[in-house]
Amino acid sequence: MDRIYLDHAATTPMRTEVLEAMIPYLTDKFGNASTIYGWGREAKKTLDDARASVANRIGADFNEIVFTGSGSESDNMAIKGIAWQYSDRGKHIITSQIEHHAVLDSVKWLEKQGFEVTYLPVDADGIISVDDFRAALRSDTIIASIMHGNNEIGTIQPIQEIGQICGEHGVLLHTDAVQTVGAMPVNVNDLNVDLLTLSAHKFYGPKGVGALYIRKGVRLAPLVHGGGQERVRRAGTENVAFIVGLAKALELAEAEREVVIPHIQRLRDVLLTGLEKIPNVKVNGCRTRRLPNNVNVCFQFIEGESLLLNLDMKGIAASSGSACTSGSLDPSHVLLALGLSHEIAHGSLRLTLGKDTQKSEIDRVLAELPPIVERLREMSPLYNR
Amino acid sequence: MSSACEKCHRYTIGSFYQKGDHVMYTDKVMDHFQNPRNVGEISNADGVGEEGNARCGDIMKLWIKVENGRIIEAKFKTFGCGAAIATSSIITELVIGKTIDEAEQISNNAVAEALDGLPPVKMHCSNLAANALQKAIDDYRAKVKVS
Repeated sequence: MDRIYLDHAATTPMRTEVLEAMIPYLTDKFGNASTIYGWGREAKKTLDDARASVANRIGADFNEIVFTGSGSESDNMAIKGIAWQYSDRGKHIITSQIEHHAVLDSVKWLEKQGFEVTYLPVDADGIISVDDFRAALRSDTIIASIMHGNNEIGTIQPIQEIGQICGEHGVLLHTDAVQTVGAMPVNVNDLNVDLLTLSAHKFYGPKGVGALYIRKGVRLAPLVHGGGQERVRRAGTENVAFIVGLAKALELAEAEREVVIPHIQRLRDVLLTGLEKIPNVKVNGCRTRRLPNNVNVCFQFIEGESLLLNLDMKGIAASSGSACTSGSLDPSHVLLALGLSHEIAHGSLRLTLGKDTQKSEIDRVLAELPPIVERLREMSPLYNR
Repeated sequence: MSSACEKCHRYTIGSFYQKGDHVMYTDKVMDHFQNPRNVGEISNADGVGEEGNARCGDIMKLWIKVENGRIIEAKFKTFGCGAAIATSSIITELVIGKTIDEAEQISNNAVAEALDGLPPVKMHCSNLAANALQKAIDDYRAKVKVS
């Protein structure tokens, strides 16, 4: 049985071209970029090239890119780093109820240290209101962190407008663009952001490497102290091979984006249309302001984990916002923020397509899923009630 | 982040897409999940028990038929995860043929053991089945008392 991978929002397979670009730096070209001899200079040159390449693709300058170990690290670094650096200016932070936990748990941790946080709600479509954002601003607001594309329901937030407002009020804006980089145009100047998080493994690069864009003039306290790497913003010997992988993956994703993304979106629409034919199904998140590869639906009367297990037995990999898939009691905070009841949110299914997803795979999912849903409903005491 | 559910007093121990606590099921759990025994309802049941709530993501309803103090038939319907469905299925197998007094002795641990164990985060699912059984037995006893 051929397996079908539809969890590209979780991670993507690394491209072979990326691996090939990385291998020399895992083997012969092993130098520490901080050393002055040949091996070191070679590593430094490679690092510089990667940094310039990444900066160029998101409209940033060379010195505005810091490489990190993950998207989560970039989020933590942006939020805690700014909060610590500018705490004398104010203690207020604005974020949303639908952020990734790397952001939510960071601001919750800062709350324990005396910072105050406003968690903006979203409408039923999963979009933050620009007016709400404006109303939440205070004289002591120092940073806002609003994600670009939501990892669960795929909604795209009005970052550009929010960024403009932040600029007018002297508030720094961070955006987690982990889901959008490679999937749509991401330019830090067009978005009006001061800090931006990206992660390589979401665009066919390696896991364990991310980047944080920090606008020139913005200072932040480092999370990791030690050497002077990354202009004293993140100590630790640079992971040259993985940084090369990130840069290569981004280069390829951007080169192919205009061809690949419409293809993914067409297949996504086929999948969504097919799923909507199943009775008692609800589509989560705005249909238009949405990541091109994201499908998120709730099947009434059934629970997400049993759905995932059944799909797994058919070789289909997907995700759910059900409590039982996470070992947590509550279903996804994002689905609850949409105003869904717990009961409905427990029955969510997320399918995220990738560049190699085939029409035949979508057809197979559409053939396998309805009988699974039907069987679980037949077993459910909530059905036919 | 840790908060107890007001209704079932279970605790939140993780968050969305946090796959650190990898849930691995035994073959027995997967067998009962894939081929659940005794799914359905008994129209003229002698006892019915329902446990759980949709808010927490699992509800089990259990029907029992009793003859001469012995459970001769048991059927269930469950809304819930793989472990919830598997524990529901196995408890019907455990109770059929047992007297009411014997069935009442079936603990949640016995349910988990019959499935060769459950992942720690799923142990509460065995309570679901054991509690539904107790409620079905209580219902049976209440009916017998009245008649």
